[in-house]
Amino acid sequence: METVLVGAVLALILALNPPPPPPRAAPQPVVVEPPKPPPKRANAVPEIVVVLPSADGHVGTVVVERDGEKVVLNQAYASSRIAGTSGPQVTQLPEPQVRKVFAPTLTALPERPLNFQLYFVRGTDALTADSKGELARMLEEVSRRKAPDVLVVGHTDTVGKPDRNDKLSLQRAQRVKADLVRKGIAAGRVQASGRGEREPIVQTADGVDEPRNRRVEISVR
Amino acid sequence: MRWTIAIAAAAFAAASYANDIGQIKTVSGTVHVEREGQQLAATPGMNVRQSDKLVTGSDGAVGVTFLDNSLLSAGPSTVLAIDRYSFDTTTHVGQFDTSLQKGTLAVVSGKIVKQTPGAMRVRTPASVMGVRGTEFVVRVGEAAN
Repeated sequence: METVLVGAVLALILALNPPPPPPRAAPQPVVVEPPKPPPKRANAVPEIVVVLPSADGHVGTVVVERDGEKVVLNQAYASSRIAGTSGPQVTQLPEPQVRKVFAPTLTALPERPLNFQLYFVRGTDALTADSKGELARMLEEVSRRKAPDVLVVGHTDTVGKPDRNDKLSLQRAQRVKADLVRKGIAAGRVQASGRGEREPIVQTADGVDEPRNRRVEISVR
Repeated sequence: MRWTIAIAAAAFAAASYANDIGQIKTVSGTVHVEREGQQLAATPGMNVRQSDKLVTGSDGAVGVTFLDNSLLSAGPSTVLAIDRYSFDTTTHVGQFDTSLQKGTLAVVSGKIVKQTPGAMRVRTPASVMGVRGTEFVVRVGEAAN
């Protein structure tokens, strides 16, 4: 570590005061391994990273690592930039400026995926009365989107044998897929699968009639 | 013989499906996907694969939704490479590496990062960003405007 530092300092001193060319009579000793020069920031392309608050106001964290230096950004509109010869700087930027500079990029972000849950009558692939309205809302959302794809995952409660529930959960998912295809969505854009009784919302013993577990989870993207 | 072809075709279809890691949702202006030396014009609904490179013109922008619900968009004059993507739909374990060579990028992290904070990384010529669940923007180079 110390040798590297000394080396770096030496390199810097040499860079600032280049030594006169050595006289021919006194050959210089051969340098076997010169220390790594410090990073050339002067040539670096300017970069900037800005953390944004999410729609619900939550702000996450980005850890920016440059030349072994770490900078943690975890506040809304906190930014880290490099420009010219300076190292990473952390500053708080005004929101309008960020929104303006990145406007074309932010506009191109896809719509957030939206999730729906539909519930079923015990032992069947028939929707409960309440879920029929939710199905209509889901279909509307899919129609509204420009290039939608839909994930449909079916589930059951623990009544009946597991292999029978695997089939029933898939049947529920495929029923929803059929509704989507009827609505004009290409079958290739809908992925239907069944998880049987493996992922209950409410943990129960085997053989328990639990309406909240008889469901299909849909992600419209 | 006929069966062999049918099985091979089915296997290929399954494999190509498995390779799709996301879908282009928005396109404006000139946008290309560079894949295995080919330049494909980007269109909404087009699938994205690992090792694809998204390239936008000075008037271009593109948005992609990935399997784990990560959202990415690239602004004008951008080169963005999808270096590595894996996602287990059951466990939500995965890894997502991209590099922004120039231009601008917006990110909304998804299930991969929720399951494993830091499992998404964005590289730029001078930095590596580890993502722990957030939305952020990156620019490499001077602003175009």
